Amino acid sequence: MIMENLADNYKHINGWGIDADPENEPTYPMKNWTGDDHRRLDYERSQQQPIDVEVLHSNERPNVTTVFGTSTPPSGISGNLRRKAFEFSESNWNHWLLLLAADRVNVVEGIVDDLKNGHVPNIFAEKGWKAEWKHNPVGLVKKVAITVAVTATIFSLLSGKKEKTENA
Amino acid sequence: MLAMNYRGPFRVRADKNMPEPEILHPEDAIVRVTRSCICGSDLHLYHGLVPDTRVGMTFGHEFTGIVEQVGPGVQKLKVGDHVLVPFNIACGKCSFCKQQLFGNCHESNSQATAVGAIYGYSHTAGGYDGGQAEYVRVPYADVGPMVIPQDMDPDDAVLLTDVVPTGYQAAEMGGIKPGDTVVVFGAGPVGIMAAKCAWLFGAGRVIVIDHVEYRLDFVRKYAQCEAYNFRSLEDPVLFLKKTTGYYGADVCIDAVGCEAAGSTAQTITGRKLMMQAGSATALHWAINSVKKGGIVSIVGVYGPTGNIVPIGNVLNKGLTIRANQASVKRLLPRLIEHVQSGRLDPKAIISHRVPLEEVAEAYHIFSTKLDNCIKPILIPPSARA
Repeated sequence: MIMENLADNYKHINGWGIDADPENEPTYPMKNWTGDDHRRLDYERSQQQPIDVEVLHSNERPNVTTVFGTSTPPSGISGNLRRKAFEFSESNWNHWLLLLAADRVNVVEGIVDDLKNGHVPNIFAEKGWKAEWKHNPVGLVKKVAITVAVTATIFSLLSGKKEKTENA
Repeated sequence: MLAMNYRGPFRVRADKNMPEPEILHPEDAIVRVTRSCICGSDLHLYHGLVPDTRVGMTFGHEFTGIVEQVGPGVQKLKVGDHVLVPFNIACGKCSFCKQQLFGNCHESNSQATAVGAIYGYSHTAGGYDGGQAEYVRVPYADVGPMVIPQDMDPDDAVLLTDVVPTGYQAAEMGGIKPGDTVVVFGAGPVGIMAAKCAWLFGAGRVIVIDHVEYRLDFVRKYAQCEAYNFRSLEDPVLFLKKTTGYYGADVCIDAVGCEAAGSTAQTITGRKLMMQAGSATALHWAINSVKKGGIVSIVGVYGPTGNIVPIGNVLNKGLTIRANQASVKRLLPRLIEHVQSGRLDPKAIISHRVPLEEVAEAYHIFSTKLDNCIKPILIPPSARA
């Protein structure tokens, strides 16, 4: 039916659609092809969720989706980086690299926020080291020993270098 | 309420002061969580590999729960229904949903057109808080959630929200013909399920490749398949060529994604330096192990930037690459039949049942593969009473 209607539009092209095979759909059965793709974004949308928080939207779409997540809206320095990222399309590396940079800045902001709220983050607990101690105590001791040794070595190298500079 | 709170790479905590979700749209429901899983793909978030993963977010896209509240536009779901909630958030009206591509809905994720919306999976997947919590907001409540059949174990139900459909769709996308040799890269929960499901499509031989011995032992028994440790094979691609009569597998499934081990160059550039969207070792091996004209099915998750894979071999071998996030809603009726008939036993892969309060330990155990961990599920306090 769809093919017949379309054929009228392409009468001026000799052989248009002669080899078309509607059964040749590589995405089947994932996709039950209906022809709706050709309607593009012309479909009935649900009611719009009120946009009362900042929602960044890809510049590859014209609008905010009818529903959206409201978890952790952009804020602070990381928020500014995220806003900048959304000036670039999803095809542009700047978009993703800025978002990754924002994520790292956001970690520091998270620690500052915790401290502001009177909560000292227990990094060891957050990393689940209690489980490491329970299931792999030897490995944990090794990890701690290696970390201490590396830190001590770096510290002694740096302090030795500083002494040399001061003596020179 | 109590919920998982992401604080940065490798750092999460159970936080009693997270805000309770509210109805924000007429088609929303609020669900009290009864089971929630940690998915292998949650580890990509936990490891800081997914862009726009914000501090303070709650993860979790595999969950079941009791409907506590519905918006005025919800007609099918009722308060008190015990539902399983597919990980995809789908409107049911857009051109993609109408064609059953529920993992590619165009009206649920503003932040990225390339990614459908997923509960608790960064802002790149829509910025929704997830189900590793006591309560969760469920948009388009009449579209995704399904009432759990009365005779179904809730542990089976929660695994039907992602891992079973993803494994099943991996096999389905392989276009397996009766007698085909199917190679599954990855013996994590999805790989295990893909191997199990490959038989349902008539595979003649199923081979799983991984490097974690206890998982290989598990998949051998659970999926009744062959399983090999690539660390003991000098070259897994060469091994697969030889074991298929120097022909190549008919179908290869990548059930690993962006954190694959096995190639130093991929690991350094993809996972350590993040110069590509993760390490694509499994996909590289899949492309090179499959026969000419074969099919590579990808369900392993990769980031949005790009990866180094032998695309020239895809061309020269005439391969078909098929990939997508599982369309859970489309697959559920068939999968429920498989579970009810005993052909699939999802709950057998659950290795750890952890109180939600110990979410940090659960992530660490799963991430570092401690205590022979295969699949951890989190139980909120109200579901333990």
